[in-house]
Amino acid sequence: MKFEVNEHGYYGNYGGAYIPEMLFPNVQELKEKYLLIMNDASFKEEFDLLLKDYVGRPSPLYYASRLSVHYKTKIYLKREDLNHTGAHKINNTLGQILLAKRLGKTRIIAETGAGQHGVATATVCALMGLKCIVYMGEIDIERQAPNVARMKLLGAEVIPATSGSKTLKDATNEAIRDWINNPVDTYYIIGSVVGPHPYPDMVAKFQSVISEEIKTQLKEKTGKEDPDFVIACVGGGSNAAGAFYHFLDSGNVKLIAVEAAGKGVDSGHSAATSILGKPGIIHGSKTLLMQTFDGQITEPYSISAGLDYPGVGPIHAHLFETGRATFASITDEEALEAAYLLCELEGIIPALESAHAFAHLKYLNAKPDEIVVINLSGRGDKDLATYIRHKDLANE
Amino acid sequence: MNKLNQLFSKKNKNILSVYFTAGFPKLDDTAEILSELLTNGVDMIEVGMPFSDPLADGAVIQRSSEQALQNGMSIAKLFDQLKNNSIKSSSAVLLMGYLNPVLQYGMEKFCKDASGLGISGVIIPDLPLHEYTLHYKELFEKYDLANIFLITPQTSESRIRLIDDCSSGFIYVVSSASTTGAKGQIEQSQEEYFERIRSMNLKNPLMIGFGISDSKTFTKACEYANGAIIGSAFVKALSGSNDLKASVNKFITEIRN
Ligand SMILES: Cc1ncc(COP(=O)(O)O)c(C=O)c1O
Repeated sequence: MKFEVNEHGYYGNYGGAYIPEMLFPNVQELKEKYLLIMNDASFKEEFDLLLKDYVGRPSPLYYASRLSVHYKTKIYLKREDLNHTGAHKINNTLGQILLAKRLGKTRIIAETGAGQHGVATATVCALMGLKCIVYMGEIDIERQAPNVARMKLLGAEVIPATSGSKTLKDATNEAIRDWINNPVDTYYIIGSVVGPHPYPDMVAKFQSVISEEIKTQLKEKTGKEDPDFVIACVGGGSNAAGAFYHFLDSGNVKLIAVEAAGKGVDSGHSAATSILGKPGIIHGSKTLLMQTFDGQITEPYSISAGLDYPGVGPIHAHLFETGRATFASITDEEALEAAYLLCELEGIIPALESAHAFAHLKYLNAKPDEIVVINLSGRGDKDLATYIRHKDLANE
Repeated sequence: MNKLNQLFSKKNKNILSVYFTAGFPKLDDTAEILSELLTNGVDMIEVGMPFSDPLADGAVIQRSSEQALQNGMSIAKLFDQLKNNSIKSSSAVLLMGYLNPVLQYGMEKFCKDASGLGISGVIIPDLPLHEYTLHYKELFEKYDLANIFLITPQTSESRIRLIDDCSSGFIYVVSSASTTGAKGQIEQSQEEYFERIRSMNLKNPLMIGFGISDSKTFTKACEYANGAIIGSAFVKALSGSNDLKASVNKFITEIRN
């Protein structure tokens, strides 16, 4: 594969492990063991069985006929929203917790933005009987209240991150600081294809089940494995990495990564990293990130907590730089419109994050016989308050 | 000879190194704090280059960094301040900060300018040995800047030996598995760890840092190493100060007693 990490953990110019020495033993242990563990037959068996019986995989590939008529092309939805806990995040947390158990760890920490990764982590911790601590930005705790309640009900301790912009980036800082202070018993379940090597590769591999299934399901439905387009939203980039993974070497499949433009790419309130970012170091890897001229990390903005992150995973920086994926950006308003349209035409309430991917359909200009797969990364239950508030505002 | 090596060849015990965040409490305090520390006989100084996301730091240095950035501090600004108040030819001054601002300034330009200002070394916690060797080692050597590596209670013996081989200046012995900040005292288990490191007879001098906050912890750390580094406690002492000169003098006098 052309888009795999090299032995130093780099995708082209991006990646690596820029970690303080305090984290070295843990990250090194992971680096030495993750592939051995993931390729072990008993690990695979346990992981696959839980994906099937606990998560509910394979998630359906659904032909969205009314949406297809609306956009005059053939649209399939990969229904990650139907997974247990309501998003793709659990594919990764399940994989990582099985790994953590094999490493003998007893205390799990995680960061979360929208709360989906926090819920997915709390869930698998309950499943495995491990202690769970989730760091979440103070602002996100307010705007994603239902997920906070879920995590608590599942037995997790939710600790507010009160530094900086009080969102995902700061929650990640706090989780890393926790790991520095608890180097022996603790395992850090990172929620996206970010962080030091080997996390980006490991998370991408756990999420790659998405594109593996798309291939089989599309073949069954249409007779061919490869769609013309795969579209996914990008926060850190895990659902996109999973949806793209098995198509990366198929040059005929156009990959489209959709970032959050927030109030507009030039508004100063945006999270469109590929446009606004420059190469730099964030959370242990070299990648594209939004920053000031002096290299201070900028506070991003998006209506969607899961996309409100100033960087992207190094794999996406590489896909962007090489042109293998096209990067688009969608404003808050466009995402809301796309969510309302999906409710109306298909009876599906998407997560605000996923709505960004749907909003790109109007710019796609796909031909009537072309096949478009959209990764519906999560369901919109957590965003109901936002959807209703904006609808009410529009109706006033 | 690099000024760090000069320092350690002149003096090998009770070396006091003090950290402060540049641009804190006020933007233009940097030069005054630096010169007061030197006046008070501090052996080594670490000038913190503030970063928005200081991963290895506890609350005190996080807050001082945030304030310094709000005050308008940057590497360019800091170098300007150091230019006007040139570092004395004999004093060992290090820069401590995170990699991203340094990369944006430009690694070569950074090394060149720092070296030109009389800086002896750099501590960048998120630039570990592997990435340093892969990308930046040659530049540091070209400009005679020591890159200081950290070791922790979890660092394996073989890695400590490797770090010793790749180090110049000294080795920064992180006192416990922790972010920066005061703990109050030094535990028995920490002393055992210090003893373990001391008995390895490494080539490089050892400086113990993190959680060293007062005369008692400083003295204890110095039993096991060539010296110790005080950061958060000093930053805290500055934060409420309305007379920097007096605050620095009081703090250092107390440590030295
Ligand atoms: C439903 C959903 N989609 C997408 C994302 C963005 O993350 P990633 O880019 O890693 O898929 C999140 C993050 O919380 C999410 O909850």
